[in-house]
Amino acid sequence: MPMTTHEIEELLRESFPDAQIAVGGDDGVHMSAMVIDESFRGKNRVQQQRAVYAALKGKMDGANGELHALALTTKAPE
Amino acid sequence: MSAQDQIKETVSNNDVVLFMKGTKTMPQCGFSSRVAGVLNFMGVDYNDVNVLADEELRQGIKDFSDWPTIPQLYIKGEFVGGCDIITEMTLSGELDTLFADNGVKFDKDAADKIREANAE
Repeated sequence: MPMTTHEIEELLRESFPDAQIAVGGDDGVHMSAMVIDESFRGKNRVQQQRAVYAALKGKMDGANGELHALALTTKAPE
Repeated sequence: MSAQDQIKETVSNNDVVLFMKGTKTMPQCGFSSRVAGVLNFMGVDYNDVNVLADEELRQGIKDFSDWPTIPQLYIKGEFVGGCDIITEMTLSGELDTLFADNGVKFDKDAADKIREANAE
């Protein structure tokens, strides 16, 4: 079942309560998200994006994952 | 040989490996196509592994890297990233540095051209 931008944002918000979060896309299956969070400071991109994927709690797992693609931008605040 | 052993062997025996949907000459997904396109354009010699040809590999590579999406790029056995990361690293020049540091040959002029084309 496709996800709404709101659902994705809520999931991300649970793991990154103070982050600046922007979720885009409209088909609910191929979406994009930008997460700017202090916890990313000092981490490389792989570590940052792994944290985001972990926050999505398996929504992207396997052939039955609700989200097929999530274009990610992650960074620490300037 | 198990999928995990097969993956380990592939990334250990080849300097640059791209696990992708489709092949470098016939990608079957926009994200795979984008990364393969960058490597092709930069003249990098790399091995392409088509995960669509093997269901065990398709899941196996996600378990191997603990990363949920494909494509996945490996340099000298190390997972570098997926499509978004490779795109960012290409544009920032970090990918050039990573290739240079690992003795991987690439066309610097072509890399510069990609950056020029994407400059705002």
